[in-house]
Amino acid sequence: MDGVHDLGGMQGFGPVEREENEPAFHAAWEAAVLAMMRAAGSRGLFNIDEFRHAIERMAPADYLRATYYEKWLDGVTRLLVEKGVVGAEELAARLAFFVTKPDAPPRAALAGEPAPRWPFNPGWLRDVVRETEATPRFAPGEMVVTREMHPHGHTRLPRYARGKRGIIHRCHGIHVFPDTNAHGQGEQPQPLYSVRFDARELWGESAEPNQLVHIDLWESYLRPGR
Amino acid sequence: MGKNHPNVDPYVVSRVRALESLLLEKGILAPGAVDRVVQRYEADTGPMVGARVVARAWTDPDYRELLLDDPRAALARFELDYTMLRVVESTETVHNLVVCTLCSCYPWPVLGLPPTWYKMPAYRSRAVSEPRALLREMGLEVPAAREIRVWDSSAEMRYMVLPRRPPGAERLSEAVLVPLITRDALIGVAEVTLPAVR
Repeated sequence: MDGVHDLGGMQGFGPVEREENEPAFHAAWEAAVLAMMRAAGSRGLFNIDEFRHAIERMAPADYLRATYYEKWLDGVTRLLVEKGVVGAEELAARLAFFVTKPDAPPRAALAGEPAPRWPFNPGWLRDVVRETEATPRFAPGEMVVTREMHPHGHTRLPRYARGKRGIIHRCHGIHVFPDTNAHGQGEQPQPLYSVRFDARELWGESAEPNQLVHIDLWESYLRPGR
Repeated sequence: MGKNHPNVDPYVVSRVRALESLLLEKGILAPGAVDRVVQRYEADTGPMVGARVVARAWTDPDYRELLLDDPRAALARFELDYTMLRVVESTETVHNLVVCTLCSCYPWPVLGLPPTWYKMPAYRSRAVSEPRALLREMGLEVPAAREIRVWDSSAEMRYMVLPRRPPGAERLSEAVLVPLITRDALIGVAEVTLPAVR
């Protein structure tokens, strides 16, 4: 989707602000969000592509206003409610409890003992390479053109690199396809390439001199170029 | 906290607690999981493995070659099983810079938690379109003759920069080099410099 998350080349965000001696977490709740995202993902409740797309679906103004872990909280909550893992009513009731008792520990709202733990898949984040019969269509050095497309769903072809000519740099193997995997349409694995673009192709006369951009792109994003 | 931490939702702690208690109740979040996350990242936030790998590559040409050709095998020497990393080498003629314009992908296993600026719109928007101006603002002047290669992490592959070895470092041991190699140099927004000789 052509969302506000697709930031490459946008202007107006000002200088990068570095924080000296930045702590691992700025508040304890941030670590809780990280732990919940990993717990839910590693128990197979959503995949990483669904998670990224959930964050992309935040209202644009909210996305830009939110901190990183607020985006994650929004994404995890949205997905677990959509998938029926957490009920909207029980979540609202629990929120009402903790709005009045923000300092109470999470266990304070539990009636009894927690349910038994769900099974765990530690490889869920990186297990994306598939052994298939697929033969890569493009070889390093070949010219390609990216598709000019504006899908409403999830895609990893950034807006700034659509309809652009590039050169295959290398093939990374056969990878799960996010555009379908984010929408319950299966993994549909296909070759993933590192594609090299000259900055002048991407930014025209505004390009800085002597610059390349490499982007990792799935085969179906690409057409033969010349 | 400045622009990096704008307008945190006043109910965010309550929202986190509410979801946390439900996930505990349903057996999705293990008791103690949050404490373990805190302990792990507060103890191990810096570019620990990344810096050690680079110091080894600077002092051992065979290891450098392995790191560039087969990063998984190179990382295994440091007891890290990480299949998705590519290492890109900066030289006199090439400067590499890593970004994720679509979200905030970052090689956590080798660099630890990403700094907040890496995840914010200013960096993500500008790194691909005006990297020279961005790096200059961040204190790194890249000579015009040196090509800038930006790596936009749009898939599950992750990128780490093998920075240029600073002049004079060839005489230094791996152990002396490790603490000089910063996270920022491994992202590509800085270079490694040696402390001034007194």
